[in-house]
Amino acid sequence: MPAPIRLRELIRTIRTARTQAEEREMIQKECAAIRSSFREEDNTYRCRNVAKLLYMHMLGYPAHFGQLECLKLIASQKFTDKRIGYLGAMLLLDERQDVHLLMTNCIKNDLNHSTQYVQGLALCTLGCMGSSEMCRDLAGEVEKLLKTSNSYLRKKAALCAVHVIRKVPELMEMFLPATKNLLSEKNHGVLHTSVVLLTEMCERSPDMLAHFRKNEKLVPQLVRILKNLIMSGYSPEHDVSGISDPFLQVRILRLLRILGKSDDDSSEAMNDILAQVATNTETSKNVGNAILYETVLTIMDIKSESGLRVLAINILGRFLLNNDKNIRYVALTSLLKTVQTDHNAVQRHRSTIVDCLKDLDVSIKRRAMELSFALVNGNNVRGMMKELLYFLDSCDPEFKADCASGVFLAAEKYAPSKRWHIDTVMRVLTTAGSYVRDDSVPNLIQLITNSVEMHAYTVQRLYKALLDDISQQPLVQVASWCIGEYGDLLLSGQCEEEEPIQVTEDEVLDVLEGLLASNLSTPVTRGYSLTAIMKLSTRFSSVNRIKKVVSVYGSSIDVELQQRAVEYNALFKKYDHMRPALLERMPIMEKTATNGPSEIVQTNGEAEPSAVEAKHPPPVAQPANQANDLLDLLGGNDVVPVIQTSMPTKPASAGGELLDLLGDLSLSGPAPAPSVPSSQPPFLLDGLSSQPLFNDIAPAGIPPMIAYNKNGLKIDFTFERANPNPNVAVITIHATNSTESEMTEFVFQAAVPKTFQLQLLSPSSNVVPALNQGSVTQVIRVLNPQKQQLRMRIKLTYTHKGSPVQDLSEVNNFPPQSWQ
Amino acid sequence: MMQFMLLFSRQGKLRLQKWYVPLSDKEKKKITRELVQTVLARKPKMCSFLEWRDLKVVYKRYASLYFCCAVENQDNELITLEIIHRYVELLDKYFGSVCELDIIFNFEKAYFILDEFLLGGEAQETSKKNVLKAIEQADLLQENVDFQTRLFAAPT
Repeated sequence: MPAPIRLRELIRTIRTARTQAEEREMIQKECAAIRSSFREEDNTYRCRNVAKLLYMHMLGYPAHFGQLECLKLIASQKFTDKRIGYLGAMLLLDERQDVHLLMTNCIKNDLNHSTQYVQGLALCTLGCMGSSEMCRDLAGEVEKLLKTSNSYLRKKAALCAVHVIRKVPELMEMFLPATKNLLSEKNHGVLHTSVVLLTEMCERSPDMLAHFRKNEKLVPQLVRILKNLIMSGYSPEHDVSGISDPFLQVRILRLLRILGKSDDDSSEAMNDILAQVATNTETSKNVGNAILYETVLTIMDIKSESGLRVLAINILGRFLLNNDKNIRYVALTSLLKTVQTDHNAVQRHRSTIVDCLKDLDVSIKRRAMELSFALVNGNNVRGMMKELLYFLDSCDPEFKADCASGVFLAAEKYAPSKRWHIDTVMRVLTTAGSYVRDDSVPNLIQLITNSVEMHAYTVQRLYKALLDDISQQPLVQVASWCIGEYGDLLLSGQCEEEEPIQVTEDEVLDVLEGLLASNLSTPVTRGYSLTAIMKLSTRFSSVNRIKKVVSVYGSSIDVELQQRAVEYNALFKKYDHMRPALLERMPIMEKTATNGPSEIVQTNGEAEPSAVEAKHPPPVAQPANQANDLLDLLGGNDVVPVIQTSMPTKPASAGGELLDLLGDLSLSGPAPAPSVPSSQPPFLLDGLSSQPLFNDIAPAGIPPMIAYNKNGLKIDFTFERANPNPNVAVITIHATNSTESEMTEFVFQAAVPKTFQLQLLSPSSNVVPALNQGSVTQVIRVLNPQKQQLRMRIKLTYTHKGSPVQDLSEVNNFPPQSWQ
Repeated sequence: MMQFMLLFSRQGKLRLQKWYVPLSDKEKKKITRELVQTVLARKPKMCSFLEWRDLKVVYKRYASLYFCCAVENQDNELITLEIIHRYVELLDKYFGSVCELDIIFNFEKAYFILDEFLLGGEAQETSKKNVLKAIEQADLLQENVDFQTRLFAAPT
């Protein structure tokens, strides 16, 4: 049999193929030749054949028949064979293959080979793709090599150990002795990999972390090494654009971050070096900025002094002005992380951030938008909104929904006047009307209802907007609703805020009928229009025209419209005396959240009787300790992080929703904000008065409680303590549905006051079956280091019988054992 | 850690793939296809980072080749750019003004160099000199053995 063709030859040949078919033919031919060569157990050319196979594999062709051959190559004594064999193993064999385990013995032998390059191959392969079983078998060998004086092997062994720990965390302990003097090495490779190993250990185990902090005095060692890197002169071997070993510097900074987090002593020990790095690092090239970036992240995460934090934010501010878009991107991401804790410092860079809204890069624009919303406050709301509305006008469709929601939220919280609020809402509806979320329509309607003095102005503006454009459904829906309610104000020309328009009844009815007939209107919109027309029958005088319209739609194909029309017809015919009362002006609506606490007390099976009484006392002046509770609950801008690991809520709005959930607790918000404070005192008193009832602390077993029970949806909380950490309460929610139709797209969200930390794990499903046939469970972990009374605000969204339902509720009847 | 590194041409042909997480062949192919499409669709003015699934993707174009790395959320994107650059420098030093053809015809060497620079998704050696020295020595070892075999093996 002639010698198989060389690798380069094959590559050249395949590249001459002009079509996919031609290439496939060549490959098949060569594969056949390789297969027969394998069958003949040809040792000389096995290496060459496997190399060719690997090339074909990269092109996308199957190469599984070469797996065993790789093993034979690894077992060979020739270095060339081993090199290709290990490469083949890494490419073709992963831990899912049965053949994988057969490698273990070969690797074990090679780990003890006399040639370091062979040992290196084995370490590399084990460290890249070793399975858990292999790692268990060979951990001892790796540990041995970690202690060798050969730095070439030591550095590889360190990273191999990292892989072993990732695969089999229980083995971490056995590597501890070997880490003793890793950092006293001079070799940078060993230093770098050692820092990676120590980082992995500290991240995985709080005990290790404590050990390294106290016993090993890791921080001073790292500070010393970092100092040497910065202060020492030029070292050609490790220099990158004037900076000595940036890779090592960055890893050290990262390890310092972990060591300094929540630890005063460690943080203090590293303050100086962080300041030094932050001020002395050259910023003209990417390398320097990479180090500064890591430094900033570390400063923000540890307990650094305020001067250092300001320095860090200023570095980020400088980054924002950098020409390099990568740097700008990184700055925006970091600022987003720090805006909650260092709000004022970030505010100083507001104008630069707003400028980034005009950047060409999509990722930068998104970051800038999120950050801008986080920076809006009472003082800058007018200016910021102008910029954000301009952004809304010109941005890509993918941003519009989130931007619109953000604008609504910010407007709700910080609107300086009702007129401004309504104008802003109008602006959003007219520019991005088709992108606003569905639940914004009812929210806006409620807002408009509550701004009594603005009714005339609002309806006028909405009417004018309708004349321009009827394609944006949310706008059309809000507009028709308003015209239905306030049509009389439209006619009377009473507007104070701007020039009143002159319009006749017929013109208005023309517009509304146009909406009904238009192809652009969705069925929901049509429903709104029909109802609006009906309402006008008590406000306008052209009742006959309205009667005609209503009767026409009595035979509409759309069932919803037909039903409405028939009922309205009946109203005209048989119940005309009731019509004025039924179609009266809507009263001011209360926001649903304020109904929360009283609902829970009524339905909670374990309701404390005194808690019920606590609901009723009038809002008297608060004693001092209640004021403290108040400040405590005033989340305001300090959003409590809720890490929801499951459902697809959009990330940009998730933060917004949290603000929404906690925003109602803010008593110092501006007057027009819809969160009505009158319900706050009962809530606070409730919390205080429920305490005396549970003086005797039950020994074990925290009783479950009903957290929510409304409209057929019942949510129970059951408790258990997380064993390693007594500050963590593990709550399991069970949601059941007693109605006859199931609840789909069920999403449970929760927020807690800022002294707590909350983590939501994935729910069991998002469909709550009907008639209590099953339940949705989800685990919540609450960290309560200050042992404060646990309270929670929950938000439920689901779809029931085809329509979306949303409810906010407060849970404050937690048994004391759950938080003491 | 780096989860994987892909090298591909402007036409989307894969030139090198290094995976540091266990995935089936099918998943690897799917990820590769998706990512290649996403990166090739990016305009030149856009930044080198993008969020993809739950990872951060750092990519840079050198002549006709895209170097694309997926790193985890705690990793520093800017230093990842430096890692990519360092790898390119190593290839350049080894091949002498490296171009895409070098990597096509000597893909196994490209892998060997990568495996001396990175291990398990992390950098194992931060000195350019040391990486190149190790490769040089390993190449010599390969040659010596081959040389001996050629000298003493019976001609076929």
